[in-house]
Amino acid sequence: MSSSSGIGMSLAGRDLLDLETATREEIEHVLDTAETFGEILHRDVKKVPTLRGKSVVTLFFENSTRTRTSFEAAGKYMSADVINISASTSSATKGESLRDTFLTLQALTADLVVMRTPYSGACRQAADWVKIPVVNAGDGTHEHPTQGLLDLLTLRQAKGSLEGLTVAIVGDVAHSRVARSNLWGLHHMGAKVRLVGPATLLPPDADRLPVEVYTDLRAGIEGADVVNVLRLQLERQTKALFPTAREYSRLFGVTKSALKAAKPDVFVLHPGPMNRGLEIGGDVPDMPFSLVENQVTNGVAVRMAVLYLLLGATEGK
Amino acid sequence: MDAGEVRRALTRIAHEIVEKNKGAENVVLVGILRRGAPLARRLAETIGRIEESSLPASGVAFGDLDIALYRDDYALRQAPARATHVPGDVTGKTVVLVDDVLFTGRSVRAAITALMDLGRPAEVQLAVLVDRGHRELPIRADYVGKNLPTAQNERVNVRLSELDEGEDAVVIVKPEKEERA
Repeated sequence: MSSSSGIGMSLAGRDLLDLETATREEIEHVLDTAETFGEILHRDVKKVPTLRGKSVVTLFFENSTRTRTSFEAAGKYMSADVINISASTSSATKGESLRDTFLTLQALTADLVVMRTPYSGACRQAADWVKIPVVNAGDGTHEHPTQGLLDLLTLRQAKGSLEGLTVAIVGDVAHSRVARSNLWGLHHMGAKVRLVGPATLLPPDADRLPVEVYTDLRAGIEGADVVNVLRLQLERQTKALFPTAREYSRLFGVTKSALKAAKPDVFVLHPGPMNRGLEIGGDVPDMPFSLVENQVTNGVAVRMAVLYLLLGATEGK
Repeated sequence: MDAGEVRRALTRIAHEIVEKNKGAENVVLVGILRRGAPLARRLAETIGRIEESSLPASGVAFGDLDIALYRDDYALRQAPARATHVPGDVTGKTVVLVDDVLFTGRSVRAAITALMDLGRPAEVQLAVLVDRGHRELPIRADYVGKNLPTAQNERVNVRLSELDEGEDAVVIVKPEKEERA
């Protein structure tokens, strides 16, 4: 752990909207802090008093189990008061604008808002409206920075360093905010990124991203240190982008035999929720080279670190 | 204090810890990060030597305690968080907290709270290399390397060979100039 990095750096009062504009130093500061919080999660009493008296609002306009639960757990383990608002219970259903919702939350003295939204860019827009920090928990097909950070932490723990790793991101890249946060985060940390999937599921702006693009699974994961398997986001696909799920699974499903093309010490990630037997081989997540469970545990530690760092001493952003 | 004085003070404290606790079998030395950590390690080594016959081969248990998450000035300034490593369960143990400088007592208050979150020690004692006065809380040390009268606006710099360049030293930094304590 490079504990010397980031000393004297402050993220207090800032927003966390994407990893594209983050710096390597900032990312390392969050990862180093998260690394120290892992110990708290293994205590008998998983609670520290640090954020006592701070209130964190999670505002989710899309369904989520792990992201929302893990933000809520992170806030509670740090002793913050966590208030959950979901789309169905918010005044958005009565026609309130997003801006008014945010101004209301600020007036209710929330100290930080975590938002998930189907609209790419909505978190940045909201951050301009309020003085309190806004954390993007996934905005449309744009970014999901805390997922990117927890994937980086998981890989750094498994491999020691991210510098020079070859990481293949496989599947529905076009609709995946996880892929975007991962590729920017990995790029800043010195890893080489490949996007692998059928042409219809690769992002149209891939030529402007710091990546190599593959439309063949075998070629794409050949010699890779890490394979990050994405979920097929059927809810975001508006038209038929591949003929059948069965064909997708046969051509792009990351199975044990497909992984033989990768390095022998390959690690596999999946952000969840998984469609076992579709984008990932049914038994792959349970193999020793799968880091899926580490990702979930690290998700809590990373979100604790983000809350800790953003809610630190500040004069306002 | 120069390196020799630091060494002799730590040797004396090690003997005092053993004397007061009638041995060191139930003692856990816990250094407050950062500069308490190497001091706890050094005390553990010394106690391990002087109590060799009555201790298990592993010697005296010691660990590091991070207090960033327990500080009362979190809202004013943010300390970088570090990892706590305390071996085993502290419940029922005599924990000796170790720090370099005892000043306002606020770090020790934070350390006691942090320690209580890890278990319920039978007793908590405090060892410091330097007590510089100006307490803001009702806290005192059980073992003191040196009492150092200081003015409120002076700083006490402790340099330890494990963390800093050069030899061990304790210096008082006046608002303008440095002078050896």
